Amino acid sequence: MADMASMLDVSVWRGAGEGRFVSYPVPRRENQTVLDVVTYVQRRLDATLAYRFSCRVGMCGSCAMTVNGVARWTCRTHVGRVAKDGRLRIAPLRNMPVIKDLSVDMAGFFAKAARAKGAFRPTADRAADFAVIAPDSPRRRRADTAIECIGCGVCYASCDVVTWNPDYLGPAALNRAWTLVNDERDGGNRERLAAVAGDAGCHACHSHQSCMERCPKHLNPTESIAGLKRATGLAALAGKL
Amino acid sequence: MRPFRLAGGSRDHPAYWAFAVHRLSGLLLALFLPAHFYVLSRAIQGAAALDAVLAWTEGPLVKAAEVGLIILLAAHLTGGLRLLAVEFLPWRDWQKTLIAVTAGASLLIGLGFLINVA
Repeated sequence: MADMASMLDVSVWRGAGEGRFVSYPVPRRENQTVLDVVTYVQRRLDATLAYRFSCRVGMCGSCAMTVNGVARWTCRTHVGRVAKDGRLRIAPLRNMPVIKDLSVDMAGFFAKAARAKGAFRPTADRAADFAVIAPDSPRRRRADTAIECIGCGVCYASCDVVTWNPDYLGPAALNRAWTLVNDERDGGNRERLAAVAGDAGCHACHSHQSCMERCPKHLNPTESIAGLKRATGLAALAGKL
Repeated sequence: MRPFRLAGGSRDHPAYWAFAVHRLSGLLLALFLPAHFYVLSRAIQGAAALDAVLAWTEGPLVKAAEVGLIILLAAHLTGGLRLLAVEFLPWRDWQKTLIAVTAGASLLIGLGFLINVA
């Protein structure tokens, strides 16, 4: 039941790079997510509001926004957890160009996954038998801890190194590279380690750990990047970089 | 433009504060180095020149600043050890506790020095 006496004071970023926050009154409801609030604004108050969502259940990674200063997946963020005083300030993600309102251009973010050699490079063809990898082998377990990324861009938007060096590959792309470094079926590690060892690669990370702090899937990209730092260091010592 | 936020924003968590302390202490220590070298260089001018500077450092204000310097050194050292642990040891949850340990150790070392000079 909507309690109409209780309203949220919601200010939403409108515009692109140049823009301003516009205030909207939104009724407070029980079990209301931030995405519900944005959808209410778009459906009931201003149909010109641009934002992005798809699955609404934390799988697709398309609805991330900056909520009261912190990047979050809005579909799984309850209003009660972030708007204690009934105020919400909703802005687009940092570190990505704003297309309009709450929609950002993620092309550069995804391009960096490719630049970090985030694509699987098979070593066997379809005629080969299944690769047998023990579930408790160290490399399998290291890949496991990093593999659930949904590509929402929250870590990338929270990372100050990306802000300081726009070429920096960022936590998501490096985390992806780390899962493949630990994939025994993959044959692209020489190129991959070279791709992530550069000036804009893993060694640029300052271990602020904002990625780990903000990842909605509770992944730890800082740990993955530390792994890449060790792997590239060892490869350099072995003359393989 | 949206404003830079430290408190309450995406930077508001212990690991980022640890980074900020490490960076700030590093910068301040770098500023201290020329003064340190200046004092040492007095020795070249003879014992009297060096003793004059050393006598000045016995003043209470300089002593107080020294305690701050020791805390900066300790914070930078323990913070650096913490980073090494984060980047070279396999990840464990206790690595979060390291931030508190580094802060505590820095403060203890600073207080220990204070007791010594007081």
